[in-house]
Amino acid sequence: MHTLKFQSQSVSKPYFVFALMLFLGQILFGLVMGLQYVVGDFLGGAIPFNVARMVHTNLLIVWLLFGFMGSAYYLIPEEAETELYSPKLAIALFWIFAAAGTATILGYLLVPYSTLAHITMNDLWPTMGREFLEMPTITKIGIVVVALGFLFNIGMTILKGRKTVINLVMLTGLIGLAVFFLFSFYNPVNLAMDKLYWWFVVHLWVEGVWELIMGAMLAFVLIKVTGVDREVIEKWLYVIIAMALITGILGTGHHFYWLSTPEYWQWIGSIFSALEPLPFFAMVLYAFNMVNRRRIEHPNKAATLWALGTAVMAFLGAGVWGFLHTLAPVNFYTHGTQITAAHGHMAFYGAYVMIVLTLISYAMPKLRGVGEASSNRAQVVEMWGFWLMTVSMVFITLFLTGAGILQVWLQRMPESGEALGFMATQDKLAIFYWLREAAGLTFLIGLITYLCNFLVDRKQVGKSA
Amino acid sequence: MSETFTKSMARNIYYGGSVFFFLVFLGLTMHTTKVMPETDHRENITEEVAHGKELWEENNCIGCHTLIGEGAYFAPELANVYQRRGGGDIDAFKAFMNGWMKAQPLNIPGRRQMPQFNLTDQEINDLAEFLKWTAEMDVNNWPPNIEG
Repeated sequence: MHTLKFQSQSVSKPYFVFALMLFLGQILFGLVMGLQYVVGDFLGGAIPFNVARMVHTNLLIVWLLFGFMGSAYYLIPEEAETELYSPKLAIALFWIFAAAGTATILGYLLVPYSTLAHITMNDLWPTMGREFLEMPTITKIGIVVVALGFLFNIGMTILKGRKTVINLVMLTGLIGLAVFFLFSFYNPVNLAMDKLYWWFVVHLWVEGVWELIMGAMLAFVLIKVTGVDREVIEKWLYVIIAMALITGILGTGHHFYWLSTPEYWQWIGSIFSALEPLPFFAMVLYAFNMVNRRRIEHPNKAATLWALGTAVMAFLGAGVWGFLHTLAPVNFYTHGTQITAAHGHMAFYGAYVMIVLTLISYAMPKLRGVGEASSNRAQVVEMWGFWLMTVSMVFITLFLTGAGILQVWLQRMPESGEALGFMATQDKLAIFYWLREAAGLTFLIGLITYLCNFLVDRKQVGKSA
Repeated sequence: MSETFTKSMARNIYYGGSVFFFLVFLGLTMHTTKVMPETDHRENITEEVAHGKELWEENNCIGCHTLIGEGAYFAPELANVYQRRGGGDIDAFKAFMNGWMKAQPLNIPGRRQMPQFNLTDQEINDLAEFLKWTAEMDVNNWPPNIEG
């Protein structure tokens, strides 16, 4: 049964498929790193830790970008009630981005990083070798080109169609994403300045404009699966993104505590980032409220589960685990320990992985021509994937938090001379790392289970279209 | 939410609030960049320090280490390694760096491995100068102790 409202929405399918492939790759490299934490020489010659980490984090960023773009191509025409401005451009940009992304990852894996830097002439405009922004300058330029083409395409679609709040918020978020990425080209020789503006990409993405994208995507799916009046959902959306930006922009200050910066950031950063959980808490109330007040019984139960799940996990990961170490006097001891890793894992999974999977869950049955929703059997498999991945991530976070607390206790709290050194401390944390690796393996099982849900309905694909 | 709180009120808070706080953020950032020269001792960035930073980046050191707490958490903090391993003496530190970089990988079974980066003596010297410069930056007394 063909249930796409607009034919051009189908361009989002390759984006989603490729995103999920990269997601699988991300997890495999995560497992390699997890093992290297305890078996230090595992694959040491072939895949050094720094390479595995770069692949792990860059795959995450790239697949989320694919997920956001796929989501935009899906929801923007439907909200605007018009076909996408240029489906051809969307497909062309897909191949360009996929090719550039694949080439970059292969570059990381096949040659030493310094060779990659020389091949891509990093010395002409050095931007490489900074956390999360490791990609060669030429790849960064490619990302900007793809982003411009993408924004043009969805911008023109919105211009010729209905201008809904969801579309405008989504567009604002995506424009913000592109604009703040431009700071990745600024790499002054002064490390203090370099770090200050590096956060303009990293923080203003994940604790700023990405929250607009997440909010718009969640609002879209909630309208679809609950049938609640758009006016109500849009009001909540405004409240949530208002809180997100009001707290999150000055919340950037929590990254400026231990830089060569004035001490007022310790106050501003602490106060505003302590408020950052609020929009996530509001998101939980809102998601559950809307589902409880639903006017329709949508057959896609899995999408509803993802929508509720992303709100809860984003609140826990970004909100609660962020708050744990955000106050300056606490952060003085926890900065750069496994506490940060714990928070990073649950926040990224809860907020951004899960919102993309929410949209994929809602859109995929329609994109594949399966119908309004997958079969019950497929949904059961999908929900198994949901629970296995989500519970595993809770345990990964708890184990890393345990490791972090012990690390702070042994290495950070005692005075110089009495504190344990970094490597000696790491040895003491081994049990937590082993447990984390086990939880990581269950996460992989969960992901494979999740992917299997697409196989259940394969016989129906396009059949009744 | 109650009916007295309307969508347009929510929208105005969103626009007004985010524009206002973004401007405050920009203002504070401008002030920060204006006063940073007093604490970041940029006047001491020599050609060697600059080249050291380039080497730091082109070998992806941040992929394992942290520098002032940011990076990967797999290998030791290096913003104060100048004090920890060199005792705050540049000659001692350079001697240490030279020995350390050339000894990699240590090949101790099961131990985390640092790769061999094949840096020249001059490059190791510049990397040491960069780490010394970083160590001497005023970063509000972080880290808490010498272990980083």
